[in-house]
Amino acid sequence: MEIKLKLNGKVVTGHVQPDTVLLDFLREKGCLSVKCGCDTSNCGLCTVLMDAKPILSCSTLAVRADGHEIYTLEGLQEEASEFVGFIADQGADQCGFCNPGFVMNTIALLRENPEPTDDEIRAFLSGNLCRCSGYDGQLRGIRAFLDSRKN
Amino acid sequence: MEHKDYSAINKSVRKKDAMQLLLGKPVYTNDVRPKDALIVKILRSPHANAIVESINTKGAKLIPGVVDIYTWEDVPTTRFAIAGQTYPEPSPYDRLILDRHVRFAGDAVAIIAAETEAAAIKAMKIIKVEYKVLDAVLDFRTAKDNPVLVHPEEDWFPPCEVGGDPKRNMVASACDSHGDVDSVLDECEVVLDRTYHTKAFNQAMMEPFTCYSSMDRYGRLHVISSTQIVFHTRRILSRALGIPKSKIRVEKPRIGGGFGAKQTAVCDVYPAFVTMKTGRPASITYTREESQIAGSPRHEMEVRIRLGATKEGKIRALDLYTLSNTGAYGEHGPTTVGLSGHKSIPMYTGGLEAFRFAYDVVYTNHQAAGAYRGYGATQGIFALESIVSELAEQLGIDATVIRDMNMVKEGMVMPAYYNEVASACALDRCMEHCRQMFGWEEKYPVRDMGNGKVRTAGVAMAMQGSCISNVDVGSATVKLSEDGTYNLIIGAADMGTGCDTILAQMVAECMDCSVDDVAVFGADTDVSPYDSGSYASSTTYITGKAVEKACTDLKKRICSIASDMLNCTEEEVVFEKGCVRHIETGESVSLTDIAYKTQVFNTKPAEATATHTSPVSPPPYMVGMVEIELDKLTGKVDIIDYMAVVDCGIPINPALARIQTEGGIVQGIGHTLMENVTYDKSGKPIESSFMQYKVPTRLDMGKLKVEFEHSYEPTGPFGAKSIGEIVINTPAPAIAHAVYRATGVWHRELPITPEKVAMSMVEE
Amino acid sequence: MITIKEYVRVKTLEEAWQLNQNKMNRILGGMLWMRLGSGMVNTAIDLSELGLDAIEENEEEFSIGAMVSLRDLEVHEGLNCYTNNAVKNALKDIVGVQFRNMATVGGSIWGRFGFSDVLTVFLALDTYVELYKGGIVPLEEFANRKADNDILVRLIVKKVSGKVVYSAMRNQSTDFPVLTCAVSNVNGTYKAVVGARPAKAAVYYDKENRLINGETEEARKMFAEDVAKVANTQSNARGSKEYRTHLMKVLVSRGLVELGGLDGN
Repeated sequence: MEIKLKLNGKVVTGHVQPDTVLLDFLREKGCLSVKCGCDTSNCGLCTVLMDAKPILSCSTLAVRADGHEIYTLEGLQEEASEFVGFIADQGADQCGFCNPGFVMNTIALLRENPEPTDDEIRAFLSGNLCRCSGYDGQLRGIRAFLDSRKN
Repeated sequence: MEHKDYSAINKSVRKKDAMQLLLGKPVYTNDVRPKDALIVKILRSPHANAIVESINTKGAKLIPGVVDIYTWEDVPTTRFAIAGQTYPEPSPYDRLILDRHVRFAGDAVAIIAAETEAAAIKAMKIIKVEYKVLDAVLDFRTAKDNPVLVHPEEDWFPPCEVGGDPKRNMVASACDSHGDVDSVLDECEVVLDRTYHTKAFNQAMMEPFTCYSSMDRYGRLHVISSTQIVFHTRRILSRALGIPKSKIRVEKPRIGGGFGAKQTAVCDVYPAFVTMKTGRPASITYTREESQIAGSPRHEMEVRIRLGATKEGKIRALDLYTLSNTGAYGEHGPTTVGLSGHKSIPMYTGGLEAFRFAYDVVYTNHQAAGAYRGYGATQGIFALESIVSELAEQLGIDATVIRDMNMVKEGMVMPAYYNEVASACALDRCMEHCRQMFGWEEKYPVRDMGNGKVRTAGVAMAMQGSCISNVDVGSATVKLSEDGTYNLIIGAADMGTGCDTILAQMVAECMDCSVDDVAVFGADTDVSPYDSGSYASSTTYITGKAVEKACTDLKKRICSIASDMLNCTEEEVVFEKGCVRHIETGESVSLTDIAYKTQVFNTKPAEATATHTSPVSPPPYMVGMVEIELDKLTGKVDIIDYMAVVDCGIPINPALARIQTEGGIVQGIGHTLMENVTYDKSGKPIESSFMQYKVPTRLDMGKLKVEFEHSYEPTGPFGAKSIGEIVINTPAPAIAHAVYRATGVWHRELPITPEKVAMSMVEE
Repeated sequence: MITIKEYVRVKTLEEAWQLNQNKMNRILGGMLWMRLGSGMVNTAIDLSELGLDAIEENEEEFSIGAMVSLRDLEVHEGLNCYTNNAVKNALKDIVGVQFRNMATVGGSIWGRFGFSDVLTVFLALDTYVELYKGGIVPLEEFANRKADNDILVRLIVKKVSGKVVYSAMRNQSTDFPVLTCAVSNVNGTYKAVVGARPAKAAVYYDKENRLINGETEEARKMFAEDVAKVANTQSNARGSKEYRTHLMKVLVSRGLVELGGLDGN
């Protein structure tokens, strides 16, 4: 099937099977930030924004993105750059494999709720697994960013 | 303890790859593989123990896009091990690439190579296999001398003598002791005899096992793998495929987490075999299910301890027996078990008069176990720390005080640790520091919070090593560039831990430059100097020392080149920031000038390679304290606070050391409370996905607080010991202790699920 | 993963219904559970262009389109105000925000999944489903029907006098629940809804009239015991039959305590 969507601000067309998942389509289109960690919709590594909402691209049919707008981390480098340095300062990037999904969902969180509490951050990001960092470093990084924005 | 003002050491600099990783750049195996790589899939056995009677691949081979399918009839007949260990490996050579005898549910039956994943999956579904299903050994307590043999084959081969006997399902067996443990136990006023059980927990690193291979421009096999062990992988592939090492190059890109899982060449042999057969690039990425059921998880262990003490709580004797389940293949079986005793008992060197540590490691028809952060110490420490807390509670002594009384202190000789001296040991300070920071006095009494909920606390100590003494080898090459910057080339593997960065910090400290002026590359068997790899907590301690040595050598060489330029002797010059100066005349030449000089009419290399090894493995130490809220009715245990103080010597990068600690604690919390490993009646693992195998989310770990007590390890680089593994060891015993305080019930098997907690109280 | 031969974004419910009469065709919800199967689907029917993704509220009821995401329900002020956040409490621990942005209420209810927090909480309210052919049916009746080829169009939650409380036990924060439990008093009738037994949620009424003379501790305990007696439980990887029965008593009585502390609508 032919699909046409807006990917990272640009109109993109492609041929997909009815059961091609968005994750595979996006990687095929060069969006290699999008990672697959689990196959069962549990890890959050494949998070992208569809019509500005965070979704799991591993569990979304590519055909369902037809006519919609998708953003991956490739298209949100500037917005991400505003805060990821604070995560880096904590050393919480670690292996990095979960980072793109985590960063995408953090972007979604901060757009929806620019001044979240720690509990709101934990709740919003609970679907983003990380096995390296123990999570607190990510939280400290986000908190440091929010504090820096206030000052 | 040495105090020094460092410019780059003990500084929290960002990881060198941080921004690349955080901005999602394509740096992992699957991101850099060639687009035309064949997709390799493995058909796996549904049976725990079976013989492949017949296998029909004809129809599957006809599927468009299927390039070839290989079975046991197509592979070499030389047995090998996939454990990443120094040769001769303690792990037995008990594998074939594909074996007619499949030994666990998930064992490889056929290798499918196809142009697309869809074609490979289609082929997998129509390959016809007839199995002769055999009885299986599914309980490791019944494995020894079971009539069902996991490895009946005659060509089973142990490169090392470790007490294995496949005719008894034994991979290893040994006993070590000091003093007369039986007679001391007989004399003791208090003797506890307890057995503890831990499961085959999965590393669950976010990037599954993955690897690709291709033929390079010289017709050599080029393997790019998400691995902690490039050199061992080259050796393993050489044996498995029957090709010389000069024909193989193994390289790692960035690694999406390892925790020991990737200290075993779990998947590398399959694409390598396909590339050798087809000449084409071939790639494999395990599904999460494959990573869960055919990976290399922790060894399930049952640890029985007899502890003898005085009424006052002085621990006099420890008798420890470990039964370890290596699963269907012996990777890391003979070695992990050793840590269950050798890295637990020494913590109680204080007044210990005698110990005995014996073990058996058995084969079963479960997934083969491997290396997982903590490597046996985790299992032993759960047992020993639990029994010590049991002793404290039985005697009515504060569990931190009983540890004060018995713990190892700096300068002590540790008979249970190969008679090594605790040359840098701040365990006593860790305990005091943690007690204050945590507020132990206020938190450990049981407090009723209403509505069936209580709060209380638990404590545990831990140790680990900083390398495998007398074995591990680390090397580093440091090169001067024309602009006075440096290249550091290593064979150790940064798997997210940040070793590239901390080793660069060491170069910066030695060469008096900024960390940004040091470019790091690793690891590649064609380029890197030999390194055993990143495991056994050894990279900072061993490879770090090699970096320090290489820098010393390089400085000498630079001074020698400079003295030629200054027409004087080496003794007359001094290496300074960015230049070499003639001490008397004050005349100097810049590093840039020196580097350019080396490129013209020159015989002196502006680079140095150094290698390091160690006869000792100085333990890091740690104290962890946990406050829990336990719901007596549902059995739910919520972590309120987890606080820890670690003695890793001098932390090279405190931010990274802290994250290591926090990450390890949360993994430990997972094993203790929610990660379970169970099998159905036929031996198939139930927790085969992240839907079933539940690692902690950020809602499951409470608040963490980590601080450090410095000690100065004289044999380590800049006083450093290790941090990578020890951090996973305290949660299980600390939480089990707190659960006992809340409920009056000791849980001696992990995980301690809400059901176990609740139902243990209903029964009472 | 399931394989899909064709995909159709239907323009009308009738078109969807026609396609859905073929047993090889399937209606897509969020596709989160469906994709985990290994079967084959001829035509995947997507309802996403039928405008079924809105929550409407008027004086009498909430009308919730089948394609409304769990996340939209979770953050819907009116619904949460009406249920004292019971809806939010039932949804917030389902996997993660991304998952809940995709999972649809129609998919959850239609699936009548054993583990469903969604079915549990809506059963505790005065809820109806509207089926394309079958018309409006009480949710409790629908939950006990076998899946057929009709189409779930929307959910209707009647605004009645009452109150509801939701709780669930999970071994890990975002895991499937070991047990779900909603307790409500709707139009004066007490209900305990217990799901993940692991069978699907079922409604238990106060047949013994334990609570008729007020919610005393003794009465709550007896009602919880009644529920535990009749609600059958089974064992699976997340909990044993015995533990579930034990939990049921705990969650029902705690739910009643909490319910007693609420101001009703």
